[in-house]
Formats: sequence, structure tokens, C-alpha cells
Amino acid sequence: MPLRLLLALGLLLVASAPAAAQSPVVILSTTTSTQDSGLLDVLVPMFEKQTGFTVKTIAVGTGQALALAARGEADVTLAHAPALEKTYVANGKLLNRRLVMYNDFVVLGPEADPAGLRGAKKAAGAFRRIAAAGARFVSRGDKSGTHARELALWKAAGLTPASPWYIESGQGMGATLGIADDRRAYTLADRATYLAFTRRVALKILVEGDPRLRNIYSVMEVNPANGPRVNAAGGRKFAGFMLAPGTQAVVQTFGVDTYGQTLFVPIAGKTDEDFK
Amino acid sequence: MDLLVDGVHEALRLLVAGDREIWSILLLSLQVSGSATLISLALGIPAGAALALARFPGRGLVVSAVNSGMALPPVVVGLFVTILLWRSGPLGGFEILYTPAAIVIAQAVIASPIVVGITLAAVQSVPREFRLQLLALGASRTQMVWVVLREARLPMLAAVMAGFGGVISEIGASMMVGGNIKGQTRTLTTAMVLETGKGNFEVAIALSLLLLLLVFLVNWALTAIQQRHAR
Repeated sequence: MPLRLLLALGLLLVASAPAAAQSPVVILSTTTSTQDSGLLDVLVPMFEKQTGFTVKTIAVGTGQALALAARGEADVTLAHAPALEKTYVANGKLLNRRLVMYNDFVVLGPEADPAGLRGAKKAAGAFRRIAAAGARFVSRGDKSGTHARELALWKAAGLTPASPWYIESGQGMGATLGIADDRRAYTLADRATYLAFTRRVALKILVEGDPRLRNIYSVMEVNPANGPRVNAAGGRKFAGFMLAPGTQAVVQTFGVDTYGQTLFVPIAGKTDEDFK
Repeated sequence: MDLLVDGVHEALRLLVAGDREIWSILLLSLQVSGSATLISLALGIPAGAALALARFPGRGLVVSAVNSGMALPPVVVGLFVTILLWRSGPLGGFEILYTPAAIVIAQAVIASPIVVGITLAAVQSVPREFRLQLLALGASRTQMVWVVLREARLPMLAAVMAGFGGVISEIGASMMVGGNIKGQTRTLTTAMVLETGKGNFEVAIALSLLLLLLVFLVNWALTAIQQRHAR
């Protein structure tokens, strides 16, 4: 009877499901840009091969990545919101913050550039021009690292952005680029995601190179006191791996095959002081 | 328009080239949603039948709850299952968050009310007189329920289709409790969100075509059974 046959097939399929990974697990909470750029697809298998750990990468906004780590739901975190990271380190939730790499943010806008940003050297000045012109600006609005930086830039510009020209997408970088492109609006993006989208969006880079646009990624270990079952040894291993010369060499060249240029600059051993 | 054409090309290429990652994602989606559907059937059919046949105070309330449960938003289930399975949560000791097992649990929670609701309706559509007749002919209560379920099996196939269709296509719960981890918990729908986020729209379109094809094939098989018996 075909019904029974189908049921038997279904059960067979289900029974063939792979058993859960047996090797010890390290949970890495991180930002979407490290995953969307493809960097972690290269680094994670390297780490697993070197150490025998299985990595579970949870790629969310930096705000959520840090909050998960602070609750002890992850073992190690790779984030890009220095000010927020430092508050977690100061209250003892995260340990041993070390710089891993940087790339940069860029201010994007439509070709027509209604607020006249082209040629601006400073991001805060560019933001002032957007506000003065009342030109549309799309914000991530999702507590991501990029959102945090955008808010810091508005603060530096001495402004409080407001609707109707200020639009909060509440979505990831890719979706936000799509909305900004559609609305012919300005936005702030990390260069890696922008490069991945140049084929799809007509937005142009209008401001770049301001030191305030530098985007620094750090690795932090999770304090085992944050919760039960934190794999502190695994977290420490992963943090060490991110700073190891072999890994940093891979970071250095990553992106050339796909984007024709490198995406990240490795900076293991440097401190915040070096980027003042 | 070119994008859609590119997407179809990409789908064909991925299928023909036998891209290993795509196949493992496809298989995982099928296994996870298949398991969740089987669990929801095992729980939902007895519960639905009992609810259809039993009379007790507050029954109306329970039936309303089940019917509301059929519209349970996956993202709500995802949130609560995540909190329960967190290391700091009550079920944290099992350490199954971000594994396929966690997705199966969440999807079973989503599919169960659908199965209960449709079973309830199917069993209630069997005339009351038929049940009384069975009992009058000397059938035990268990035998009566068994015969009624057999009688209702064709409409109940709709429960299988609705349950499976609901979970294979949901995204909110799979993303939250599975984490969309490459090679471990990446399903068709979560992979689609990721590829869209990366700007790889062709791959996302290819994945959606594969999902549609999969859902169609499963429903085709079930419909064939249903319609053959209906004749």
C-alpha cells in the first residue's frame, strides 16, 4: 500500500539524519559582515582542522552578538563596536579584548548627490550637509555595529536625525542598501558589504578615508561566570587563533579572488592607542 | 528580468552539477521538516481524535486554542524555544540549541496544532450515527475510534500536507533555534535569507525554486494517494 511505503520512506530518511557533532563545541557570536563577506567560511574550517573543535557561528548584529556573549550563550565573540565592547569589558562580562583587523565604513549616496556630499573630507560634515538639505538617509536602526557608528557620527555632527528624511530600515546591511538605492537616499555601509552589492545597487561612494570611518573588529573571550556551560578553553583557543600569524596572513589576502581587492587589514598586536 | 532568468539557470546548474552543499541543505531541510511532521502526527492525531470525540467542560475553549494555534507565528515559537534551550534556560543541560534537533522541536510545536485542528475537523465530519452504529454492533471504544480514523484518513492527509508545508517553508524559528550554521543547521529557507543578504540573488532564486519543487513533489505524492483512495 503506497501510504505505508511513503511512511517507511519518510522514517528511513529521518533515521538517516546525522547525529549531533561529537567533538567539543565552541559558540562564536559575531556580526553579519564577517559572515556575509565570506571571511568566516574560510577561517572557521581552518580553526576546526587545527584544534578539533566544532564551531557554531551565530551571525547577528553586533549589539545582539555582545548581549548573547554577556549572557554566557556564546564562548567567544568577534564584534565591531569598540565603545560598546569596552563597556562589556569594564563590567567584567567579556575578557581580554584584542584587536583583530579593520576595514572602513563609507558614506554612500545617489549619483545625483542632492546634498552635495562629494568632496567632503569629514563624515560628520557630510552628515551635517544631509541634514541641512533634508535629504533622505536610511539608517540600519538595528543596534548593529554599523548603526552604532552612524549614531556616533550624528552625535559628532551635533545633530539629532529625525523623520521624514531619516528612515530606519531595521534590517541587515544588504537589505538597507537595497532600500537606500530604491529611495535614492544616503546611507552608511561597511565597504565589504558595499562591494558585494555594487552589481545590484547604483549607490556611489561619496565620502571615505576619514579616520572616524575606520571599522575595527575585536575578539573577546566570554567570562565563564556569565552562565553555566561556557566553554572558556574553547573560546580562548578561538581568540588565540584569530590573532595567530597564519590566520592574520589569510585575513590579509582575503577578498582578492572574489572582489579583486582585499577587504580587511590584519592588526593583531596593535591597540586602540595606535588608531587615535 | 535577467535576474529571474539567471536564477533559473543557476538552479539548473546547481542541480545538474550536483553541488554538494546544496544537496546537503536540501536533505537536511527534508529530514528536519519530515521528522517534525512525523512527531506532530504522532502527537496531533490522538489529540485531535480525542478532542473530537470527548465532551468535557471547557472543550470549546480548548478547540478555540487549537484553532488559534494553527496560526502560531513561527518567530514566536522560535523565541520561546530559544529561551528554553539556552545554556541558562531550563533545558540548557541538553545543549541542543543550534542543532538540527532544536529545529525539529520548534517545527513540531508549529505543526502540531495544525495536525490537531485538521484531525479534529476530519473526525467530526464522520457522522455521529456511524459511531453509534459501530458501538451498537458491539465494537469496543478503541475499535470504534480506529474505524473512525480509518474513515477520516483521506481528509487527514490534508493534515500531513498542511503540517509539512507549514514547517518546510517557515524561516523565523529555524533561524533562531538553528542559527543558520553552515554544514550543520543551514536549511533551504535560512540559506535563502543569507544569500539574499550577501547579494547573491541568483543563488537565492535557485534555492527558492528548489524549495518549491520539493514541496510540490511531496504534495504530489500525497495527493496521488489521496485521490486514488477517493475514487
